[in-house]
Amino acid sequence: MSVVSGVRRHKPSGRLGDSITRPDGTAKAQGSFAFSGDLSAEHCLWGATLRSPHPSARIVSIDVSGAWKVSGVEAIITAADVPGRLHYGLISQDQPVFASEVVRYVGEPIAAIAADHPETCRRALAAIVVTYEVLVPLTDPERALDGSHPPIHPDGNLIRHQRIVSGDVDAIGDVVVEGTYVIGMQDQAFLGLEAALAMPGPGGNGVDLYVATQWLHEDQKQIAACLGLAPEQVRLTLGGVGGAFGAREDISLQVHTCLLALRTGRPVRIQYSREESFLGHVHRHPATIWMRHHATADGHIVKIEARMVFDGGAYASTSSAVLINGVTHTQGPYKCANAIVDGYAVRTNNLPCGAMRGFGVVQACFAHEGQMDRLAAACGIDPVEIRLRNAMVTGDKLITGQVIENVAPVARCIRETAALPLPDEPVGGHDGDPMRLPGGAGRTADRQHIRRGIGFAVSIKNLMYSEGFDDYSTARCRLSDGVATLKFATAEVGQGFITIAGQIARSVLGVDDVLLDPIDTAVGSAGSTSASRQTWMSGGAVNAACTKVRGLMFEHVATTHGVDVAALSIEGGDIVDSTGAFRLAVAEATTGVAFDETVEYRHAPTEDLDENGQGNCHTAFAFVAHRAVVDVDPELGLVKVIQIATAQDVGRALNPLSVIGQIEGGIAQGLGLAVMEEIVMTNGRVRNPSFTDYLLPTFLDMPDVVASLIEEPDPIAPLGAKGVGEPPTVSSTPAIVAAIRDAIGKPIDRVPVRPIDIIG
Amino acid sequence: MTETTTESVGLNEMYALDVNGETCQVRDAWVGESLLYVLRERLGMMGSKGACEQGECGSCSVMVAGELVCSCLVMAASAIDQPIVTIEGIAPLGAPSDVQRAFVDAGAVQCGFCTPGLIMATHNLLDRSAEPSEFEIREALSGNVCRCTGYGRIIEAVQRVAVARRSGVDAGSAG
Repeated sequence: MSVVSGVRRHKPSGRLGDSITRPDGTAKAQGSFAFSGDLSAEHCLWGATLRSPHPSARIVSIDVSGAWKVSGVEAIITAADVPGRLHYGLISQDQPVFASEVVRYVGEPIAAIAADHPETCRRALAAIVVTYEVLVPLTDPERALDGSHPPIHPDGNLIRHQRIVSGDVDAIGDVVVEGTYVIGMQDQAFLGLEAALAMPGPGGNGVDLYVATQWLHEDQKQIAACLGLAPEQVRLTLGGVGGAFGAREDISLQVHTCLLALRTGRPVRIQYSREESFLGHVHRHPATIWMRHHATADGHIVKIEARMVFDGGAYASTSSAVLINGVTHTQGPYKCANAIVDGYAVRTNNLPCGAMRGFGVVQACFAHEGQMDRLAAACGIDPVEIRLRNAMVTGDKLITGQVIENVAPVARCIRETAALPLPDEPVGGHDGDPMRLPGGAGRTADRQHIRRGIGFAVSIKNLMYSEGFDDYSTARCRLSDGVATLKFATAEVGQGFITIAGQIARSVLGVDDVLLDPIDTAVGSAGSTSASRQTWMSGGAVNAACTKVRGLMFEHVATTHGVDVAALSIEGGDIVDSTGAFRLAVAEATTGVAFDETVEYRHAPTEDLDENGQGNCHTAFAFVAHRAVVDVDPELGLVKVIQIATAQDVGRALNPLSVIGQIEGGIAQGLGLAVMEEIVMTNGRVRNPSFTDYLLPTFLDMPDVVASLIEEPDPIAPLGAKGVGEPPTVSSTPAIVAAIRDAIGKPIDRVPVRPIDIIG
Repeated sequence: MTETTTESVGLNEMYALDVNGETCQVRDAWVGESLLYVLRERLGMMGSKGACEQGECGSCSVMVAGELVCSCLVMAASAIDQPIVTIEGIAPLGAPSDVQRAFVDAGAVQCGFCTPGLIMATHNLLDRSAEPSEFEIREALSGNVCRCTGYGRIIEAVQRVAVARRSGVDAGSAG
């Protein structure tokens, strides 16, 4: 055994726990990062989509002859041109690539064209004549349920019903409160519009697609089926993704773009307009939730009864899974032994709904947190105190019978949030500036009428996929000459997985340099960038691949240097043994050799729910508390959110700066749902499909966020880290609404809160 | 539906734009193209982003004749003879400006789609006001929508640059 000279003794930067910056940050700040909409090719055509103007109609005829007369048009395709499966969908394949007999929502694709210029596309689309027999749309979810409207789809108007029956359903509390809560339709409103570039494969071998998506392999599977090709003939590469938030989990333009490229034999790019984007992807489900809570006089929950109706819109998408998340999170982060819950996801002629950050739990949380405040008032207990009295802990059972095995610092989240400093800004703002008043630039509010309110909300959010889904992620690690190269298909959508991946490799392998291969389908699936799952799942896969490679490296070093392999470990950038006598730089140990491992990481299997909603259907859970401070002008119905405080259960912050970014960004979307954002529909027609009329939080709407990270590493998580993306969005909304109620002293049971809800 | 038409899009305009100090020839263009479209599709400068097409989000922000504008709302042919500065003209690749470095270091970049527009707006703000208050920053940048960050780290980045410029320290290392 010998001590090798010339080794570097430094700690590589950018390890787990460090707040390092994004590897793509500078390119993004300089405008040189290629988003999917920035991609083009020689002789590339523009594609565009003809969409239904009606929420429900029979297609009598489609005449495309006029479009062919527009100079510059190269292809026109309809349902008759789909060579493979005519329908697609994430869970059930019920959505047509192109509508051919009926249209079921405003914006449903009917035809697509390829042409030389976007303006040519616009004129050609206008020249296609579709004759419709307009039908009365089904837009009321209750009518979808009660059978009074004929089925609008062969699969029927009920997408899923799930009941949960737990404990003694006849239990009665000393105190009973109930409410009906309404959640409006929210849009993900990512900034990078849907965009893709499809290129016919070399030698007629299928197609290459560059696309902004959340899940390359699921897209590949669905596209290949519709194209009538084998999956390996449809090669996907992630185009730069300008945000996702759930809206890129479903197919939108993928099949259309590929079909046009294959038809013309030329590259084709499609980019949606903002209006088209509002119609062309799924949204957060509008929901109506009734809940009745029974409690003891001192505020302990005895039983919860609930009925939830989620409006899935015209096609199923992930509605059945969203519904399950809703009903299984009925109790919130509170102990509850007895419950009876009925949840329904229904089909209507409204816009299709599916995944959005929070995925069914946002809706349930708005209801259960409204109930907790009602219970607090009925029992004469402080809203914070009643939440502490009911806070669940590790080992508690959900109403599904599932035992919480994760770290569950619910009480700590509540206490630390409540202890965060309140804003020093006086009611109506500092310095008499009218811009600080509710209504801001409108300068309409009168300072003396402003009332301040404080609200509290807490949530539980499941992490990863549920109900028996084979949920895995794949990663490959190669190590040679002191450089680690990682390959995975994990969609980087802005959340920062590529940053974390490098940190994992540096920590496990002791290297400085980590290269990331292109994100594409040349490696196994990573699963979706959704359900707050990639740090856990793809992080787990990268960690496992790097750990295997480290094992190979240790064996190599043990053989070549005659040391005990079991005694080796990584210290800084070196391999050392437990005696302290051996030290060898990783760069030196790997000179001229290469180690290469690919690993699939899976979480523990989950189960389906039975007919009574019993079963270990979820994988893991994270918790968070939010406190909101708002100023309200009760005469004008205007709200200004002054501050959000939060303590979030993160397990372990692998990159604290990234975690803060998720917390602040998630809260902004929660604020949007609370007081600004709603897709307004009338008789199935969207009234506000633009950023002029769909209001997103700006710099002036978003308050200071005071955040505390609760770091209790979760032994079940591969790196101790829980997903952090969704929880900030879940309970920030009810906290803000609770603060508005506190300010004006009236019940408000719908979001977004509109001026009329405050005044009326 | 509209009547059928056989009229083709007239792709026959020729003009020159002054972009980042260089004269750029635009050929075979349709007169209805926006400055954003021409910058991206005809001049290959993809740094300016389009996200709303109606001047609400600021992703396409550029300077035209010294004014910060949404290039989606400017007809390209109307910007002839006026100096245009885009994100590509802020700093050479590989040598980012203090604002660009501060955005990266402060965690102000996530998906990055809004970032070029915000970089333009921030340079414009700090050129006009060396010591903006937090509220002035919020007001000046309120025409730029970011969907990922919740704005907190962006404000931090802008403040870092303002402090660094006043103290003569490089903002890129101020974090």
